[in-house]
Amino acid sequence: MPSIDDELSPLQLNRFQHLRHFLTIEGLSRKHLTDILDTADTFIEVGSRSIKKVPLLRGKTVANLFFEASTRTRTTFELAAKRLSADVLNINITTSATSKGESLSDMLRNLEAMAVDMFVVRHAQSGAPHFIAKSVTPRVSVINAGDGRHAHPTQAMLDMLTIRQHKHKFEGLKVAIVGDILHSRVARSQIQALNLLGAEEVRVIAPDTLLPPYVDQFGVKVFSSMKEGMRDVDVVIMLRLQKERMEGALLPSEQEFFRLYGLSQDKLALAKPDAIVMHPGPINRGVEIESAVADGPQSVILNQVTNGIAVRMAVMSMAMSGQIAELTADEEVA
Amino acid sequence: MSGRILIKGGRIIDPSQSLDTQSDLYIADGEVVAIGAAPADFNADMMIEAAGSWVTPGLVDLCAYLREPGYEHKASIASESLAAVKGGFTTLCCPPATSPVNDTAAVTNLIYDQALTAGKAKILPIGALTKGLAGEQLSEMHALREAGCVGVSNLRYPFRDNQVMKRCLEYACSQDITIFVCPEDYALAKDGCVHEGATSGLLGLSGIPAIAETMAVAQWLILAEETEARIHLGQLSCAKSVELVADAKRRGLKVTCDVALANLIYTDAVIKDFNPAFHVRPPLRREEDRKALLKGVNDGVIDAICSHHQPHESAAKLAPFAETRSGMSVIELVLPQIIALTTSGELRLDAAMRALTTGPAQVLELSTGSLQIGSAADVALIDPTEKWLVTESNLVSKGKNCPWLDTEVVGLAYKTIVEGRVVYDRALMME
Repeated sequence: MPSIDDELSPLQLNRFQHLRHFLTIEGLSRKHLTDILDTADTFIEVGSRSIKKVPLLRGKTVANLFFEASTRTRTTFELAAKRLSADVLNINITTSATSKGESLSDMLRNLEAMAVDMFVVRHAQSGAPHFIAKSVTPRVSVINAGDGRHAHPTQAMLDMLTIRQHKHKFEGLKVAIVGDILHSRVARSQIQALNLLGAEEVRVIAPDTLLPPYVDQFGVKVFSSMKEGMRDVDVVIMLRLQKERMEGALLPSEQEFFRLYGLSQDKLALAKPDAIVMHPGPINRGVEIESAVADGPQSVILNQVTNGIAVRMAVMSMAMSGQIAELTADEEVA
Repeated sequence: MSGRILIKGGRIIDPSQSLDTQSDLYIADGEVVAIGAAPADFNADMMIEAAGSWVTPGLVDLCAYLREPGYEHKASIASESLAAVKGGFTTLCCPPATSPVNDTAAVTNLIYDQALTAGKAKILPIGALTKGLAGEQLSEMHALREAGCVGVSNLRYPFRDNQVMKRCLEYACSQDITIFVCPEDYALAKDGCVHEGATSGLLGLSGIPAIAETMAVAQWLILAEETEARIHLGQLSCAKSVELVADAKRRGLKVTCDVALANLIYTDAVIKDFNPAFHVRPPLRREEDRKALLKGVNDGVIDAICSHHQPHESAAKLAPFAETRSGMSVIELVLPQIIALTTSGELRLDAAMRALTTGPAQVLELSTGSLQIGSAADVALIDPTEKWLVTESNLVSKGKNCPWLDTEVVGLAYKTIVEGRVVYDRALMME
């Protein structure tokens, strides 16, 4: 059987094993993740200055290509690019060429011809950023801002930064991820990042209908009850529940879901007393989390948003320099 | 012109008569006339020196999409029948997924006309089981068969309900026509693009669970038993399906089955980088399924290996994985890939050759796929050791969606003969 790919996903790394795209956590090393977190730490300080800019991407053009609606992620990517001094294009795909029948690849090649240096891509199809990085515009650095159910690696890294700020290390941590794991790109990336960074135990808590097939092979412990799953955890990550899940016979009702898996104060009491509560947003209050918990002292949800800008600055600057190094090396060979 | 041909000193492999011997093959008037000693008064018009080659019946393919009529931007009968004979195939069945759907004698006649004009492989259309493949009304199966359809199929399209499905079987049975089934439960497979398993979970792609196939296989077998219809289950992908068919055969049901080449070679693990070359349906499944399919071929439970050749234009594979079209252009690569599986010991050569010649011919109830005296002289001359590099330019199929581009493979057909006529000669193609 011919081997198709190396064990490490080489697509997102340059010949020096540095990031040139950021597509998924899978295939990266612990050092890659730690470098992203350390770099993000240095950018947190930039956000508190009166002049919030560094010149790392000066003269570069970043295109935000959001094929799926998003407010928070797109805004923080835009702010991150601007704080790195890049020129930013926000392309509203629903009103743009693909709705006039132009194919995705033709549209992206046109943007590449306009010398855009980086694409930040959100797409409803799993693997869309891989496809763009591999087949369409290999000279452009591609950052995955969420693809289908596959990955949301910058969200996972800002969550890791938030955990590190509060817990200082990953060793010994028990982390529970609760809710719709099946449809969650965030959960997949978080699980990979937590395992890579050395968390002691990653748990998923959900009914079977909201778990991906063979989820046990992801390196997680599976619980179907909050009572057992929440016990002694250091971190609780709640996931958003989409309303359309009721229609596919995955759940009976929001009320039953909240009773069983919603994070209320009494369920949170099962976790360690200093446990932190996270949520990638946007929150459905009263569906997956009680307001008193979302706004309570253990919630770090707003820290996550702040950290999002720093993590995205880190990833964009690292990938851009990795891509430039790769293209320069290509030219030297040629 | 079909003259007298002597194929000298080749290794003649013909599973229809359990033959594997070094000998001479004599062809006259489009038929095999002798193996071994020359018939009286035989003066060869053409002598082919075949020492070191395999001489086999021309390969028979139960499922190759030729895209005509309707999808000529992907391929045509002319382009794909040339690709087929280059791959050593002399008989091809084409499914009714044409536009218009092959649910009338007119479309069947058109396919025959185009095949005649192309003058390469024999092309045997499979008609639609229901009108427009819509799963509601019976097609005119008798007219289709009269026009030359070798069977009828509804492909992966659903039936309105089980009553329609049962009546399709009853009517086909009364007209003595085989139903080619692609077993797949529509609701369970819906939206899926890969095997539902560890890979689909990791990549966040919608899966097609194994039960989408096995439940459909079980349902078709029960209906076939009830109605006594003859069914052929195409492109099995699951270990459990092979088990169900083996059991049905033991109980004497009129059931046959095949497997697509890709499912004998790959598992879903190859998709880990979203490579759309491996987007096929039925999907690539687990290693234990692949092993059971290989064993099924070796044991003879699986009657045939089909190419499941699906040529596409390049844009069909230029999109995020789930949005790409499924299928591989593989008809020119069946031989080298099967040779590789026999070299690695996963397939026995006699079993593999049976599944490519007399096995599928028996499914069609045809005497083709054999070198017995008096049978049509459909012959492939194969060099089993020649290495060649697969490139877009040396694939004659119009579809370049081949997973083996830029890899080196071993083995090829260098001459293909249909009814005593050399329809492919590598030496002439290379000029």
